[in-house]
Amino acid sequence: MAFYLDFENKIKNIQEEIELAEIRKDDHAKAIFEKELDKVVEQTYSNLSAYQQLQLARHQDRPYAIDYVKLIMHDYHEIHGERTFRDDPAIVCYMGYIDEQKCVVIGEQKGRGTKNKLKRNFGMPHPEGYRKALRAVKLAEKFNLPVLMLIDTPGAYPGLGAEERGQSEAIARNLYELSDLGTTTISVVIGEGGSGGALAIGVADRLAMMRYSVFSVISPEGCAAILWNDPTKVETATKALKITAEDLKELDLIDDIIDEPLIGAHRDKNRAADAIKNYFLREVSALEKLSIDERLAKRYARLESIGRFQEDSKA
Amino acid sequence: MIFGDLLKKVKRERPSPKDAPKHWIKCKKCQAIMYYKEIAEKSFVCPKCDNHMRINAAQRIEMLTDAGSFEEHDANLKPIDPLSFVDKKSYKQRVEESVEKTGRHSAVISGSCTIGGISTELVVFDFDFMGGSLGSVEGEKIVRAVNRAIERRVGVVIVSASGGARMQESTFSLMQMAKTSAALRRLDKEKLPFISILTDPTFGGVSASFAMLGDIIIAEPGTIIGFAGARVIKQTIGAELPEGFQSAEFLVEHGLIDMVEHRKTLKSTVGNLLKIMSR
Ligand SMILES: [Zn+2]
Repeated sequence: MAFYLDFENKIKNIQEEIELAEIRKDDHAKAIFEKELDKVVEQTYSNLSAYQQLQLARHQDRPYAIDYVKLIMHDYHEIHGERTFRDDPAIVCYMGYIDEQKCVVIGEQKGRGTKNKLKRNFGMPHPEGYRKALRAVKLAEKFNLPVLMLIDTPGAYPGLGAEERGQSEAIARNLYELSDLGTTTISVVIGEGGSGGALAIGVADRLAMMRYSVFSVISPEGCAAILWNDPTKVETATKALKITAEDLKELDLIDDIIDEPLIGAHRDKNRAADAIKNYFLREVSALEKLSIDERLAKRYARLESIGRFQEDSKA
Repeated sequence: MIFGDLLKKVKRERPSPKDAPKHWIKCKKCQAIMYYKEIAEKSFVCPKCDNHMRINAAQRIEMLTDAGSFEEHDANLKPIDPLSFVDKKSYKQRVEESVEKTGRHSAVISGSCTIGGISTELVVFDFDFMGGSLGSVEGEKIVRAVNRAIERRVGVVIVSASGGARMQESTFSLMQMAKTSAALRRLDKEKLPFISILTDPTFGGVSASFAMLGDIIIAEPGTIIGFAGARVIKQTIGAELPEGFQSAEFLVEHGLIDMVEHRKTLKSTVGNLLKIMSR
């Protein structure tokens, strides 16, 4: 059963009409409703508030990392574990192909349905998940394979074992190593980019966001609770934090917005997957025209330039 | 600016022991009441229960560096408000209040100094400035300190005391985690030492970036260190946390940091380690 958010109600009604028309085999009615759908989609989605975009980023029908892997990879194998403690199902790693391109794909994975959500820990990795990702990118470096990292997490898991095993260190280590990893890296926020837990697979030659994804220093809920001391201020916090792809591109904090279908990845998984695939292949081929030293210098220069402050002349 | 002037300036803006109401200070841990001057001479460590009280950045620099050796850099960097952020107060107002409170424009003081005779670049967080939060200015100061260290072929010491990323700078703040970690990776490649000193508290975006990347990581006794705050963890797992959870001692036991060092021996330990790791 498809799930619709409040502001998607009109779309829901028309899509039901289209389904009925299909059952009736009434092509004429179907064509009319499809045209109507395009119009309503345009109206609904071209003027979304930041909070509505947050809801889309977390939409339960939105494709997760494994959904994209199945749509864009072939002849692939999942690789498991960081060789120390355990395999973390909240991060998945694959070796395989995207078209002709050999590659490594890493993703933060949310679950669907209660059992699966628990298995994937709601997409919140433990330290061993980040260490598995590090192991996978080191393999990619060794065999000169480009890496695609799919970000989709509410945040790194805040738990007892996570702290005992060094959640902070695991995230920090990834930032450190990814900053000069000797292969081409592309990170894409596909849904929720929650804080340090997202950034831990977000340091790359290219950082891009799907049209309806979000990326933030803290969840709007957490921000509302801390700064407003009022959990009902989530919408206000969402707006203030500037977490949408459009805002972050405007602030020059990301490189690109991926052309997710206007109706949303959750309503057209194939086109969303194609958009990611095309972006990855295009950017890898552009980046690999440069030498690895040039790429690393650019990656570093980009990081070093981030920040806004005032520099007074010295007294 | 020479450090002596800096300390004078800071001292002018805080109540000196002489003007401090009643001249007394209460230990938050054992509740003992002590004479301010006496506790100051003991580096703000409680003589009764050994509690390491929070100190500000200027006091830390005085305690850790060789007398007269500290020369501040980048004090001319000031925060701006890139997102026009307003919560219960505006970011601008919060900065103004912190400037008033600390006499400084950011949550870190950075500069060149010697520690036990060894030249080093030092960065010290000030918890009094917006909870020592990591924003654009703080990140930039760290990167510049690392760059100076590479140029001068010396090590870097960072003393953290921070609640984490500065939410009012949102993603600009988040990205400082990557920016500072990347700079330290460069220092590492140059085979220059980085000592990370964790003081109470060290959390969130600070612990999950440069603070956990030291060649050697040292914490003061009783320091609370973690990725997530205890309250959030308790809510998430719905259970009580074990005694001493996230304390410096807990982190040593779990192999996450190298040592817990008493404040009175911190300087000599750092100086000696820098000496061992220098060529
Ligand atoms: Zn005491």
